[in-house]
Order: sequence, then structure tokens, then C-alpha cells
Amino acid sequence: MTDRAGVYARIIELIEPLNAKKVPLTETTTFAGDMEMDSLTVMDLVASMEDEWDILIPLNMLPDLETIGQVADAVHGLVAKKG
Amino acid sequence: MPNLPVTDLLSKFDPLIAEHAGLLSSGIRDPFGIVMDKVLSPTEAIIKGQHTILLGTYNYMGMTFDPDVVAAGQAAIRDYGAGTTGSRVLNGTYQTHKECEAALMDFYGMSHAMVFSTGYQANLGMVSTLAGKGDFIILDADSHASIYDGCKMSNADIVRFRHNDAADLEKRLKRLPADAGKLVVLEGVYSMLGDIAPLPELVAIAKAHGAMVLVDEAHGMGFFGPNGRGVYEEQGVADDVDFVVGTFSKSVGTVGGFCVSNHPKFEILRLVCRPYTFTASLPPAVVASAATSIRKLMTAHDKRARLWEATRRLHGGLKARGFRLATQTPESAIVSVLMPDQETTALMWSTLINLGVYVNMSRPPATPAGVFLLRCSICALHSDAQIDTVLGRFEQAAQMCGLALHEMA
Repeated sequence: MTDRAGVYARIIELIEPLNAKKVPLTETTTFAGDMEMDSLTVMDLVASMEDEWDILIPLNMLPDLETIGQVADAVHGLVAKKG
Repeated sequence: MPNLPVTDLLSKFDPLIAEHAGLLSSGIRDPFGIVMDKVLSPTEAIIKGQHTILLGTYNYMGMTFDPDVVAAGQAAIRDYGAGTTGSRVLNGTYQTHKECEAALMDFYGMSHAMVFSTGYQANLGMVSTLAGKGDFIILDADSHASIYDGCKMSNADIVRFRHNDAADLEKRLKRLPADAGKLVVLEGVYSMLGDIAPLPELVAIAKAHGAMVLVDEAHGMGFFGPNGRGVYEEQGVADDVDFVVGTFSKSVGTVGGFCVSNHPKFEILRLVCRPYTFTASLPPAVVASAATSIRKLMTAHDKRARLWEATRRLHGGLKARGFRLATQTPESAIVSVLMPDQETTALMWSTLINLGVYVNMSRPPATPAGVFLLRCSICALHSDAQIDTVLGRFEQAAQMCGLALHEMA
């Protein structure tokens, strides 16, 4: 599943076990604000997404990725670039 | 009336202020507010009028009160004054600084040494300067804050691999462009859990993918390897390590940081490494003490043996009493006791300090995987009697705090 919808659905599955506060997950849900995820959890989540699609998400990209939708866009873009 | 700011910039810390206040309202001592009224020796101090055994100072080799180290500092402050008031590249390099770098070159058997004002700055400077735009820094997930901050300060792309996991490192290196510059950053000893890195596997993979390798030996200098150079020496990978970073504030017993290397172009770093250039150099007394200490550490074989002996005694004793430890065997001179939660950790820490034992309390995000720790670091000058006293007080504290101890398997 490498189309945008497929990527988004899988990202939600990866986030679900880390969603300690059980906030509703949508395109606009933020990691730090809504989910109150600490930086270590975010970095672990990044690693799992890298392995899921065999892509590289440098940590210096993270400050620009605040919402689940932004992450889905970024991952979708990286997967497409990989071809 | 003065204009008030639109937003109080400190209000972002309100949750932390509340958490800290909540912790202290339970009546415990402040784990981050210890004041040493008197320091009696590398292993003992007076804290709030109480005689206290120090078991959390990283003073591994007990050099802080070594008579030769103290005398060297006294002579330097007399002969060179209290401070340099200048950058290393302007007026801040004295004969004492060059002698300190010479001592490091001799200690490590390397051709270049650069002394920074702290260990934090050494990592900050080396990591941020070596890797620039278009390069990649590949770091262990459990890296020290100074390494993460160096990454943040560089313009490189940052890739993190699972702690001490060679297969994960390889998987991530494979995803990088073959022709890009790469710096793999490792630590000999990881100071939170006190575990050591499998450097032969990690370094071999880094080299196979064309990376340069930097190893931080902050917690390994002085007592790992035949010459006390660190874990990288003990594990036999010296030829494949490009840069070794270290500190004077642990085994050396003063303060300062350094990087040593055989790289032929190393000296240029003095002009381009901002945390080296744009800060004042260490006072002459500090580098003179460090130089003397480093030369004494080269042959401190008895102290090294004693440090390991005391470490085994503490590790074995805690294990026998049913404490859960972060490493099954004593891998370094750090013994970390695993605790169930923040409240119990704080209560245990407070009880221990009231019983006259100082250890470090560590909690996320400084610790990996959300663990809470009481961290002990051992000194070569800890006597068996002191270790036994500590063991007794740990057991007493556990009873007073209702900490469940485990039967030996």
C-alpha cells in the first residue's frame, strides 16, 4: 500500500499503540500538542516508519512534521521518490 | 509602569514547575538541588551537616585530591594566574595548554589533540564541525545530549539507529547514498545503564559503508584497555577509529573536554570548530592538573584493578540483595539500579541521601526506554568497608520505602 490513503492508514496503525492519551487520530492531530508524545517516542515511531517502507526520514526533518497528515505527505513523497 | 511582555517566555515550563513542586511537596529532598558543604575526599563529603558516601560522581580514578594533581594546579595558578581571559586561538593558549595536549597525545598514542573547555563542547564541536550540509550523521539512539545537540547544530542529515544494534546500523547505512560523507558516532560506555558498546561489530559495519567513526570514551578513559584509553582499546578497534572524544571531568578529575586523532588535517579544526574558537580557554590551573593526572593514569594499573574489584563488589552485592540491575554483569564502573516508577525512585533516592549515601537519580528523557534509575558510579578509592556500608543502606532504604526486592534466580 504505497498510495497516500494506504500510507495514511498504515501510519495510523503504527501510532495507535503509542497513543497513550487515546486522542482521536485525524489528519490534523499533532504529535507534541494533541498526543503529548515525548521526543524519544517520536524518534522510535520514525524508525518504525523507515523500516515499514524502507525509506530514510532524517531527524532534522521532524520539526516541520507536526501533524499526522504532514507525516503521511512526507512518507508518501519519500516512497514515491524511491520508485 | 513598565510594559509587560505579551507572553511570559517561561510559561512553557509550567508543567515541569508543577511536577517538581509536586515531588517536593511529598516531603522528599530535592534530587537536583544537592549542595556539598565540604568535600572530604573523592569518596566522602558533608551534605547538610551529614557525613555522606559519594557514589555518583564519575570520579572513577579518584584523582581530584591526588597530591601531584593538586600541586600542579597550585603551581600553575601561581605562575600563570587565575584565568586566560581568551580564546584558544587568540590569547588563551599557554604553555600549560600545550603540555596538556602533549599529555593526551602520549596517553592515546595519537598525533593530534585538541582541548575544549568542557566535554559537552568537545562533542558539540566535533560532531557539528565534521558533518556539514549533504553529509550524514548516524548516531546510536542512546547517545548523550551533547551528541544530539552537536547533530542539531550541524547542517547534516541525522539518522538514528537502535542502541548497540549492529544489524539496525547496517540497515540504516544501506539506505544512505553511497557517495555521501558519513560520520558514525558511538560511545564506549553508555552512562545511563552502564552498558558498553559492541564496537568491533559496529565499527566494522561503519567502515564497510565508507563512514568515518567517532567514539566518545567519556566513561571509559582511565580503566578500559591495556593503556586505559577506553573501550575501543580494550576491544581492539583502535586502528579503525578516526576520532576519540573524552572529558577531564570523570577519571581525570578536573574539567574540560578533548578530541584526539591521527587525521593529517586535524589541526585545521582549531579554526573552524565554533565551540572551540568562540569561548574562553580553560584556566591554567585546570589544564596543568589535567596534564599531571593524565600522565599518572597511564600507569595506574593498581587503581584500575581496584576500581573493577570495587565495582564487582557493589554489583554482586546489590544483585544478591534482590535489586534489579540494568546490566546482568558489571560492564563498566556504572551500576544502575532499575526502579519501578518516579515516586519510588524519588523516595528511595531521598531515603538514601538521608542515610548518608549519594547516588544519581535518573529519569526520562535522559534515560532510554522510559526507565527510572538510581545510578551508582564507583571510585577506585572506595574501600570494601564503604561498599559494604552502601549495600546495607540500600537494603535498609528499600525496606523503609516498601521497594519489593527479588529472590535470586
